[in-house]
Amino acid sequence: MDRRDDESGIVLTEEQKRRRRARSIAIALSLGALALLFYLVTIVKLGPGVLRRPL
Amino acid sequence: MVTTRGVNLHEAALARAEPSGAGVEDYLALMKPRVMSLVVFTALVGLLVAPGHLHPVLGFAALLCIAVGAGAASALNMWYDADIDARMSRTCGRPIPAGRVLPGEALAFGLTLAGGAVAVLGLVANWLAAGLLAFTIFFYVGIYTVWLKRRTPHNIVIGGAAGAFPPMIGWAAASGGLALEPILLFLIIFLWTPPHFWALALCRADDYARAGVPMLPVVAGAQETRRQILLYALTLLPAGAAPWVLGLAGPLYGIAAIFAGAGMVGLAWRLRRSGRAGEAGALFAYSVVYLFAVFAALLIDHRLFGSA
Repeated sequence: MDRRDDESGIVLTEEQKRRRRARSIAIALSLGALALLFYLVTIVKLGPGVLRRPL
Repeated sequence: MVTTRGVNLHEAALARAEPSGAGVEDYLALMKPRVMSLVVFTALVGLLVAPGHLHPVLGFAALLCIAVGAGAASALNMWYDADIDARMSRTCGRPIPAGRVLPGEALAFGLTLAGGAVAVLGLVANWLAAGLLAFTIFFYVGIYTVWLKRRTPHNIVIGGAAGAFPPMIGWAAASGGLALEPILLFLIIFLWTPPHFWALALCRADDYARAGVPMLPVVAGAQETRRQILLYALTLLPAGAAPWVLGLAGPLYGIAAIFAGAGMVGLAWRLRRSGRAGEAGALFAYSVVYLFAVFAALLIDHRLFGSA
Protein backbone atom coordinates (compact mmCIF):
# COMPACT_ATOMS: atom_id res chain seq x y z
CA MET A 1 0.00 0.00 0.00
CA ASP A 2 2.88 2.38 -0.65
CA ARG A 3 1.32 5.27 -2.53
CA ARG A 4 4.20 7.67 -2.13
CA ASP A 5 5.85 8.81 -5.27
CA ASP A 6 8.81 11.03 -4.48
CA GLU A 7 8.57 12.84 -7.79
CA SER A 8 4.85 13.52 -8.03
CA GLY A 9 3.75 13.39 -4.37
CA ILE A 10 0.96 11.12 -3.21
CA VAL A 11 -0.71 9.05 -5.89
CA LEU A 12 -4.14 7.78 -4.91
CA THR A 13 -5.06 4.19 -5.53
CA GLU A 14 -8.19 3.43 -7.52
CA GLU A 15 -9.97 2.47 -4.31
CA GLN A 16 -9.06 5.79 -2.67
CA LYS A 17 -10.26 7.67 -5.76
CA ARG A 18 -13.54 5.75 -5.65
CA ARG A 19 -14.04 6.55 -1.97
CA ARG A 20 -13.16 10.22 -2.48
CA ARG A 21 -15.69 10.44 -5.31
CA ALA A 22 -18.35 8.77 -3.12
CA ARG A 23 -17.61 11.28 -0.33
CA SER A 24 -17.84 14.19 -2.76
CA ILE A 25 -21.20 12.99 -4.07
CA ALA A 26 -22.51 12.50 -0.52
CA ILE A 27 -21.43 16.04 0.46
CA ALA A 28 -23.05 17.47 -2.68
CA LEU A 29 -26.32 15.63 -2.01
CA SER A 30 -26.28 16.72 1.64
CA LEU A 31 -25.73 20.37 0.68
CA GLY A 32 -28.52 20.16 -1.91
CA ALA A 33 -30.89 18.62 0.64
CA LEU A 34 -29.96 21.30 3.19
CA ALA A 35 -30.60 24.09 0.67
CA LEU A 36 -34.03 22.61 -0.10
CA LEU A 37 -34.79 22.18 3.62
CA PHE A 38 -33.78 25.77 4.43
CA TYR A 39 -35.92 27.02 1.53
CA LEU A 40 -38.97 25.08 2.76
CA VAL A 41 -38.42 26.14 6.38
CA THR A 42 -38.15 29.77 5.30
CA ILE A 43 -41.40 29.60 3.32
CA VAL A 44 -43.19 27.87 6.23
CA LYS A 45 -41.88 30.37 8.81
CA LEU A 46 -42.73 33.39 6.70
CA GLY A 47 -46.16 31.97 5.91
CA PRO A 48 -48.55 33.30 3.27
CA GLY A 49 -47.45 36.87 4.06
CA VAL A 50 -44.40 36.32 1.88
CA LEU A 51 -46.63 36.60 -1.19
CA ARG A 52 -48.36 39.80 0.00
CA ARG A 53 -45.41 42.03 0.67
CA PRO A 54 -45.39 45.53 -0.87
CA LEU A 55 -43.19 45.93 -3.91
CA MET B 1 -4.76 -0.23 14.88
CA VAL B 2 -5.11 2.55 17.40
CA THR B 3 -2.98 2.00 20.47
CA THR B 4 -3.51 5.03 22.70
CA ARG B 5 -6.68 7.02 22.07
CA GLY B 6 -5.81 7.23 18.38
CA VAL B 7 -2.68 9.29 18.94
CA ASN B 8 -0.33 6.78 17.37
CA LEU B 9 -2.54 6.27 14.37
CA HIS B 10 -3.04 10.00 14.01
CA GLU B 11 0.67 10.81 14.27
CA ALA B 12 1.60 8.03 11.93
CA ALA B 13 -0.93 9.24 9.40
CA LEU B 14 0.32 12.81 9.68
CA ALA B 15 3.90 11.67 9.24
CA ARG B 16 2.98 9.87 6.04
CA ALA B 17 0.50 12.58 4.96
CA GLU B 18 -1.84 9.66 4.38
CA PRO B 19 -4.89 10.50 2.24
CA SER B 20 -8.22 9.61 3.79
CA GLY B 21 -9.53 6.19 2.94
CA ALA B 22 -12.89 6.72 4.61
CA GLY B 23 -16.00 5.79 2.72
CA VAL B 24 -19.45 7.33 3.15
CA GLU B 25 -20.53 4.23 5.08
CA ASP B 26 -17.73 4.84 7.59
CA TYR B 27 -19.03 8.31 8.37
CA LEU B 28 -22.53 6.89 8.72
CA ALA B 29 -21.17 4.23 11.10
CA LEU B 30 -19.61 7.00 13.22
CA MET B 31 -23.15 8.23 13.89
CA LYS B 32 -24.29 4.88 15.38
CA PRO B 33 -27.46 4.64 13.28
CA ARG B 34 -29.09 1.97 15.48
CA VAL B 35 -28.81 4.15 18.57
CA MET B 36 -30.01 7.08 16.49
CA SER B 37 -33.20 5.23 15.54
CA LEU B 38 -34.19 4.97 19.22
CA VAL B 39 -33.35 8.64 19.77
CA VAL B 40 -35.40 9.72 16.76
CA PHE B 41 -38.38 7.60 17.77
CA THR B 42 -38.52 8.83 21.36
CA ALA B 43 -38.00 12.43 20.21
CA LEU B 44 -40.79 11.98 17.64
CA VAL B 45 -43.18 10.80 20.33
CA GLY B 46 -42.23 13.74 22.56
CA LEU B 47 -42.81 16.08 19.65
CA LEU B 48 -46.19 14.59 18.68
CA VAL B 49 -47.73 14.33 22.15
CA ALA B 50 -46.72 17.86 23.16
CA PRO B 51 -49.37 20.56 23.21
CA GLY B 52 -49.30 23.07 20.39
CA HIS B 53 -48.85 22.57 16.69
CA LEU B 54 -45.62 22.40 14.78
CA HIS B 55 -45.80 22.51 11.00
CA PRO B 56 -44.77 19.12 9.53
CA VAL B 57 -41.84 20.66 7.68
CA LEU B 58 -40.57 22.29 10.87
CA GLY B 59 -41.20 19.06 12.79
CA PHE B 60 -39.21 17.09 10.24
CA ALA B 61 -36.38 19.63 10.39
CA ALA B 62 -36.39 19.52 14.20
CA LEU B 63 -36.23 15.71 14.19
CA LEU B 64 -33.42 15.81 11.66
CA CYS B 65 -31.49 18.16 13.94
CA ILE B 66 -32.03 15.88 16.94
CA ALA B 67 -30.90 12.87 14.89
CA VAL B 68 -27.81 14.68 13.60
CA GLY B 69 -27.04 15.94 17.11
CA ALA B 70 -27.20 12.36 18.40
CA GLY B 71 -24.98 11.25 15.52
CA ALA B 72 -22.50 14.01 16.34
CA ALA B 73 -22.35 12.91 19.98
CA SER B 74 -21.72 9.33 18.83
CA ALA B 75 -18.92 10.43 16.49
CA LEU B 76 -17.26 12.40 19.31
CA ASN B 77 -17.70 9.38 21.61
CA MET B 78 -15.97 7.14 19.05
CA TRP B 79 -13.19 9.71 18.65
CA TYR B 80 -12.46 9.77 22.37
CA ASP B 81 -12.97 6.04 22.99
CA ALA B 82 -10.97 4.76 20.00
CA ASP B 83 -8.39 3.18 22.33
CA ILE B 84 -11.07 1.31 24.29
CA ASP B 85 -12.91 0.30 21.12
CA ALA B 86 -9.71 -1.19 19.70
CA ARG B 87 -9.46 -3.58 22.66
CA MET B 88 -13.05 -4.84 22.57
CA SER B 89 -14.23 -7.48 20.11
CA ARG B 90 -17.66 -5.79 19.86
CA THR B 91 -16.18 -2.46 18.78
CA CYS B 92 -12.78 -3.16 17.22
CA GLY B 93 -14.34 -3.04 13.75
CA ARG B 94 -15.52 0.55 14.22
CA PRO B 95 -14.15 3.05 11.68
CA ILE B 96 -11.40 4.60 13.84
CA PRO B 97 -9.85 1.49 15.46
CA ALA B 98 -10.10 -0.30 12.12
CA GLY B 99 -8.06 2.53 10.60
CA ARG B 100 -10.64 3.60 8.03
CA VAL B 101 -11.27 7.01 9.58
CA LEU B 102 -8.55 9.15 11.19
CA PRO B 103 -9.29 10.43 14.71
CA GLY B 104 -9.00 14.04 13.53
CA GLU B 105 -11.55 13.40 10.79
CA ALA B 106 -14.01 11.96 13.30
CA LEU B 107 -13.45 14.90 15.67
CA ALA B 108 -14.01 17.48 12.91
CA PHE B 109 -17.06 15.55 11.66
CA GLY B 110 -18.60 15.38 15.15
CA LEU B 111 -17.95 19.01 16.04
CA THR B 112 -19.30 20.26 12.71
CA LEU B 113 -22.47 18.20 12.97
CA ALA B 114 -22.99 19.19 16.61
CA GLY B 115 -22.66 22.91 15.92
CA GLY B 116 -24.84 22.70 12.83
CA ALA B 117 -27.57 20.65 14.50
CA VAL B 118 -27.85 22.98 17.51
CA ALA B 119 -27.82 26.15 15.41
CA VAL B 120 -30.41 24.90 12.92
CA LEU B 121 -32.69 23.55 15.67
CA GLY B 122 -32.58 26.96 17.35
CA LEU B 123 -33.54 28.69 14.13
CA VAL B 124 -36.14 26.13 13.03
CA ALA B 125 -37.85 25.44 16.39
CA ASN B 126 -36.71 27.44 19.40
CA TRP B 127 -33.64 28.03 21.52
CA LEU B 128 -34.91 26.02 24.50
CA ALA B 129 -34.89 22.88 22.34
CA ALA B 130 -31.51 23.86 20.87
CA GLY B 131 -30.11 24.45 24.37
CA LEU B 132 -31.35 21.04 25.51
CA LEU B 133 -29.77 19.41 22.44
CA ALA B 134 -26.47 21.17 23.11
CA PHE B 135 -26.59 20.09 26.75
CA THR B 136 -27.38 16.50 25.70
CA ILE B 137 -24.35 16.38 23.39
CA PHE B 138 -22.17 17.91 26.12
CA PHE B 139 -23.53 15.45 28.69
CA TYR B 140 -22.91 12.41 26.50
CA VAL B 141 -19.43 13.45 25.42
CA GLY B 142 -18.16 15.48 28.37
CA ILE B 143 -19.86 13.91 31.38
CA TYR B 144 -20.36 10.30 30.26
CA THR B 145 -17.58 9.57 27.76
CA VAL B 146 -14.74 11.68 29.10
CA TRP B 147 -15.49 11.81 32.81
CA LEU B 148 -17.55 8.85 34.01
CA LYS B 149 -17.07 5.94 31.63
CA ARG B 150 -13.53 5.06 32.68
CA ARG B 151 -13.92 6.01 36.35
CA THR B 152 -17.03 4.53 37.93
CA PRO B 153 -19.35 1.53 37.56
CA HIS B 154 -22.20 4.04 37.79
CA ASN B 155 -21.12 5.45 34.43
CA ILE B 156 -24.21 4.42 32.55
CA VAL B 157 -26.56 5.22 35.45
CA ILE B 158 -25.66 8.91 35.32
CA GLY B 159 -24.66 8.90 31.66
CA GLY B 160 -28.03 7.40 30.80
CA ALA B 161 -29.50 10.87 31.22
CA ALA B 162 -28.01 11.77 27.83
CA GLY B 163 -30.16 9.15 26.13
CA ALA B 164 -33.21 10.25 28.11
CA PHE B 165 -33.27 13.84 26.87
CA PRO B 166 -34.58 13.34 23.28
CA PRO B 167 -38.32 13.21 24.19
CA MET B 168 -37.81 16.39 26.23
CA ILE B 169 -36.13 18.03 23.25
CA GLY B 170 -38.98 16.95 20.97
CA TRP B 171 -41.54 18.27 23.46
CA ALA B 172 -39.66 21.58 23.81
CA ALA B 173 -39.36 21.91 20.02
CA ALA B 174 -43.13 21.53 19.60
CA SER B 175 -44.42 23.45 22.60
CA GLY B 176 -41.65 25.93 23.36
CA GLY B 177 -41.64 24.86 27.03
CA LEU B 178 -41.38 21.93 29.40
CA ALA B 179 -43.88 20.20 31.71
CA LEU B 180 -44.30 17.16 33.94
CA GLU B 181 -45.05 14.84 30.99
CA PRO B 182 -41.65 15.12 29.25
CA ILE B 183 -39.93 14.81 32.62
CA LEU B 184 -41.75 11.48 33.15
CA LEU B 185 -40.65 10.35 29.68
CA PHE B 186 -37.12 11.32 30.66
CA LEU B 187 -37.47 9.30 33.85
CA ILE B 188 -38.63 6.19 31.97
CA ILE B 189 -35.58 6.17 29.68
CA PHE B 190 -33.29 7.11 32.57
CA LEU B 191 -34.43 4.10 34.62
CA TRP B 192 -34.49 1.86 31.54
CA THR B 193 -30.85 2.52 30.65
CA PRO B 194 -29.06 0.63 33.49
CA PRO B 195 -30.82 -2.74 33.03
CA HIS B 196 -30.46 -2.35 29.26
CA PHE B 197 -26.71 -1.74 29.33
CA TRP B 198 -25.92 -4.01 32.25
CA ALA B 199 -27.62 -6.90 30.42
CA LEU B 200 -25.25 -6.22 27.53
CA ALA B 201 -22.31 -5.82 29.92
CA LEU B 202 -23.05 -9.23 31.46
CA CYS B 203 -22.64 -10.78 28.01
CA ARG B 204 -19.50 -8.73 27.31
CA ALA B 205 -17.87 -8.61 30.76
CA ASP B 206 -14.57 -10.02 29.45
CA ASP B 207 -14.48 -7.40 26.74
CA TYR B 208 -15.01 -4.57 29.20
CA ALA B 209 -12.44 -6.03 31.62
CA ARG B 210 -9.85 -6.25 28.83
CA ALA B 211 -10.53 -2.63 27.86
CA GLY B 212 -10.33 -1.50 31.50
CA VAL B 213 -13.85 -0.08 31.56
CA PRO B 214 -15.27 -0.41 35.11
CA MET B 215 -18.69 -1.69 34.14
CA LEU B 216 -20.70 -3.11 37.04
CA PRO B 217 -20.15 -6.82 36.15
CA VAL B 218 -16.40 -6.19 36.02
CA VAL B 219 -16.23 -4.28 39.30
CA ALA B 220 -18.99 -5.83 41.43
CA GLY B 221 -19.47 -9.19 39.73
CA ALA B 222 -22.30 -10.82 37.82
CA GLN B 223 -24.46 -11.61 40.84
CA GLU B 224 -24.57 -8.02 42.10
CA THR B 225 -25.24 -6.82 38.53
CA ARG B 226 -28.20 -9.18 38.21
CA ARG B 227 -29.54 -7.89 41.55
CA GLN B 228 -29.20 -4.28 40.41
CA ILE B 229 -30.88 -5.09 37.10
CA LEU B 230 -33.86 -6.52 38.98
CA LEU B 231 -34.05 -3.46 41.25
CA TYR B 232 -34.03 -1.09 38.30
CA ALA B 233 -36.63 -3.20 36.47
CA LEU B 234 -38.85 -3.06 39.58
CA THR B 235 -38.42 0.73 39.69
CA LEU B 236 -39.07 1.05 35.96
CA LEU B 237 -42.47 -0.67 36.25
CA PRO B 238 -44.20 2.09 38.29
CA ALA B 239 -42.24 4.81 36.49
CA GLY B 240 -43.54 3.49 33.17
CA ALA B 241 -47.11 3.50 34.49
CA ALA B 242 -46.76 6.95 36.07
CA PRO B 243 -48.08 8.96 33.09
CA TRP B 244 -51.30 6.92 33.27
CA VAL B 245 -51.53 6.98 37.08
CA LEU B 246 -51.14 10.76 37.07
CA GLY B 247 -53.81 11.14 34.40
CA LEU B 248 -51.41 12.30 31.72
CA ALA B 249 -52.04 9.26 29.52
CA GLY B 250 -55.03 7.02 28.86
CA PRO B 251 -55.81 3.40 29.79
CA LEU B 252 -54.35 1.99 26.58
CA TYR B 253 -50.98 3.39 27.54
CA GLY B 254 -51.40 2.29 31.15
CA ILE B 255 -52.13 -1.32 30.21
CA ALA B 256 -49.27 -1.42 27.70
CA ALA B 257 -46.79 0.12 30.16
CA ILE B 258 -47.75 -2.29 32.95
CA PHE B 259 -47.58 -5.37 30.71
CA ALA B 260 -44.30 -4.29 29.11
CA GLY B 261 -42.84 -3.39 32.52
CA ALA B 262 -43.99 -6.72 33.97
CA GLY B 263 -42.20 -8.46 31.10
CA MET B 264 -39.05 -6.57 31.97
CA VAL B 265 -39.35 -7.55 35.64
CA GLY B 266 -40.05 -11.18 34.68
CA LEU B 267 -36.94 -11.41 32.50
CA ALA B 268 -34.83 -9.66 35.15
CA TRP B 269 -36.14 -12.13 37.75
CA ARG B 270 -35.30 -15.10 35.52
CA LEU B 271 -31.83 -13.67 34.95
CA ARG B 272 -31.37 -13.23 38.70
CA ARG B 273 -32.43 -16.83 39.35
CA SER B 274 -30.62 -18.63 36.54
CA GLY B 275 -27.63 -16.39 35.88
CA ARG B 276 -27.29 -17.73 32.33
CA ALA B 277 -25.75 -15.51 29.65
CA GLY B 278 -28.65 -16.36 27.35
CA GLU B 279 -31.08 -14.76 29.82
CA ALA B 280 -29.01 -11.56 29.79
CA GLY B 281 -29.11 -11.51 25.98
CA ALA B 282 -32.87 -12.02 26.05
CA LEU B 283 -33.31 -9.16 28.53
CA PHE B 284 -31.13 -6.87 26.39
CA ALA B 285 -33.20 -7.62 23.28
CA TYR B 286 -36.48 -7.28 25.18
CA SER B 287 -35.44 -3.94 26.69
CA VAL B 288 -35.21 -2.44 23.20
CA VAL B 289 -38.69 -3.77 22.41
CA TYR B 290 -39.93 -2.40 25.76
CA LEU B 291 -38.88 1.15 24.99
CA PHE B 292 -40.34 1.10 21.49
CA ALA B 293 -43.58 -0.48 22.79
CA VAL B 294 -44.09 1.99 25.65
CA PHE B 295 -43.45 5.05 23.51
CA ALA B 296 -45.53 3.67 20.63
CA ALA B 297 -48.37 3.01 23.11
CA LEU B 298 -48.15 6.59 24.36
CA LEU B 299 -48.36 7.90 20.82
CA ILE B 300 -51.32 5.67 19.87
CA ASP B 301 -53.05 6.50 23.15
CA HIS B 302 -52.56 10.20 22.48
CA ARG B 303 -53.95 9.88 18.96
CA LEU B 304 -56.97 7.84 20.08
CA PHE B 305 -57.86 9.53 23.35
CA GLY B 306 -56.04 12.84 23.10
CA SER B 307 -54.32 12.33 26.42
CA ALA B 308 -50.85 13.60 27.42
